[in-house]
Amino acid sequence: MARTLRRIAPQIATLAALVLLVTLVFPQFLHVDYSGGRLSGPVIDVLKRGAPVALLAVGMTLVIATRGIDLSVGTVMAITGAAAAWTLAAGWGWGAAILMALGAGLLCGAWNGCLVAVIGIQPIVATLILMTSGRGIAQLITEGRILTFRDPTFAYLGTGTVLGLPVPILIWLATAIGVAVLMRRTALGLLVESIGIKRPASALAGVNARVLLIAVYMASGLCAALAGIIATADIRGADANNAGLWLELDAILAVVIGGNSLLGGRFSVAASVIGALIIHTIDTGILLAGFPSEYNLVIKAGLVLLILVVQSPNLAAHWSLVRAGIRARREPRPAASPGPRP
Amino acid sequence: MSVNPRLYPLLATIGIFCVAYAICWMQFPAMLSTRVVGNLLTDNAYLGIVAVGMTIVILSGGIDLSVGSVIAFSGVFIAVLLRDTALHPLVVFALLLGVTTAFGAAMGWIIHAFGVPAFIVTLAGMFLARGAAYMLTIDSVPIAHPFFEALQSAYWLMPGKGRLTLIAVVMLLAVAAGAVLAHRTRFGAGVFALGGGVQTARLMGVRVGATTVGIYAVSGFTAGLSGIVFSIYTGSGYPLATVGTELTAIAAVVIGGTILTGGAGYVAGTLFGVLIMGLIQTYIVFDGSLSSWWTKIVIGLLLLLFILLQKGLLRLTAARA
Repeated sequence: MARTLRRIAPQIATLAALVLLVTLVFPQFLHVDYSGGRLSGPVIDVLKRGAPVALLAVGMTLVIATRGIDLSVGTVMAITGAAAAWTLAAGWGWGAAILMALGAGLLCGAWNGCLVAVIGIQPIVATLILMTSGRGIAQLITEGRILTFRDPTFAYLGTGTVLGLPVPILIWLATAIGVAVLMRRTALGLLVESIGIKRPASALAGVNARVLLIAVYMASGLCAALAGIIATADIRGADANNAGLWLELDAILAVVIGGNSLLGGRFSVAASVIGALIIHTIDTGILLAGFPSEYNLVIKAGLVLLILVVQSPNLAAHWSLVRAGIRARREPRPAASPGPRP
Repeated sequence: MSVNPRLYPLLATIGIFCVAYAICWMQFPAMLSTRVVGNLLTDNAYLGIVAVGMTIVILSGGIDLSVGSVIAFSGVFIAVLLRDTALHPLVVFALLLGVTTAFGAAMGWIIHAFGVPAFIVTLAGMFLARGAAYMLTIDSVPIAHPFFEALQSAYWLMPGKGRLTLIAVVMLLAVAAGAVLAHRTRFGAGVFALGGGVQTARLMGVRVGATTVGIYAVSGFTAGLSGIVFSIYTGSGYPLATVGTELTAIAAVVIGGTILTGGAGYVAGTLFGVLIMGLIQTYIVFDGSLSSWWTKIVIGLLLLLFILLQKGLLRLTAARA
């Protein structure tokens, strides 16, 4: 527990600093109202609006831990949303719609996983295929229209509340905790990390990398399906063109802010989810502070660059060189200098 | 006669283009007119230009996700400058190309100096360029300048009344220049060497840093040029334009037979990759009953097909070695 806390401390500190900053500019930020059986306020809004990115970030964390990347998550959101809306429009009820969406997400994930693990295409490209063609598939399902539905039970997943908390918040919290427990209470997390560090070595150690990779991409598809369900339920309609657009970038950004290396290996689901909250706090903060939303992208880009430079392996090497230089200057030079090399 | 296996993807691309065109022609005889060819070149001019830069980036084993945003930024930059200042469009073009080239060079420098994956640096560049476009304006700004109208209406009448427009010529010139740069210069040799492996390239004496900066500068330049062409084509600047063009460009490069891990490919193949994608769209327009979303699905399938072809070839050459 202490180790987890130490791991996510920088992210928590960043989030706290951001919240403080936003509160200074906009004092009502931390104000939470309770009226009509539901909590409301900017903080709740951040938690709720952040649900899709947080969910995607959970799946993306696992994929990135295997040294992969999943560019298709935004598109998978559109596909699963379309599948759910289509099922509802066909009159099969909300249960079938959820199953259909989750099934579609798993199928998309399995497709990506097979391309990466069985055929051996590098992940950026393998998931790029679904990213480009997936919106076409989603439009095929919705026939180019925005499919709307009136099922209150399904819409509840996007707009309802349990004990005052919006359902999307509960869904992403449950998913993140579930995945984190599954990864850390079993050896699964370790195996995933071993693939990311070196796949041949992990294969030699007896890890079934192929099956595990497919499973990881399927998990990412499943998370995208949950995000797609929330997005669709929220607006009571499936928009094949705009559902999940650009969200894959936000999800990757969340994982990077969470301090996970894009080169695979050690990962922390909690840190990624906090990363997603950081992104949404920034978004909300920029809007609340009265900046035009146009600044949003530039600020995000600056943030990514800053984090990248701080994370950079080269910088760490430079830094240790500098430190070694300082130490060498402090310590007296050894009396006998090594002789000239033969 | 044995053909170099490296030529297979290029030959496959050209073959698919010819077969696809023949199928289109059999269904719609009107497809085989210079008018259709002229439109095919004009409509895809901006994509072709940006794909040339992308080819060079991918040949070096990198990727540039920022180009779509840079095209949008270019359009907005031109439109706003022409609206608010009295500068001549040519001066604006020169300024713009300077800005985008410097932007690309800066990304290349970050990639090299900090050892960060190109993918994520250019992702940040994508946000930055799009954000910069938003900061200039959030509206679609029309361009009304006599010089611009002259550029728009400049064309050469081909036999058969097809119009070879100025921007199509610019695209063909860009492809030719890109081919010379990649296949006939010292810089190009460095690009291929980098694609083969950074370590080996360094041992061969390639100046890795300068070449990396140069590669992304070229990509920035072509993205800027593509932005100019796009602004001539649409006659306006809009910050939300060309979302996702980077992916279309990457797809065109891959369909054009360049291997995504870098080190093998041809700039000329990219032209055919672009034309195949344009052809799919033209076919859908001609057919009239197919929906435009089929374009995306067919492009995705083609992309998969070519990647599988490349995988097979790599395995073939590995087995032979």
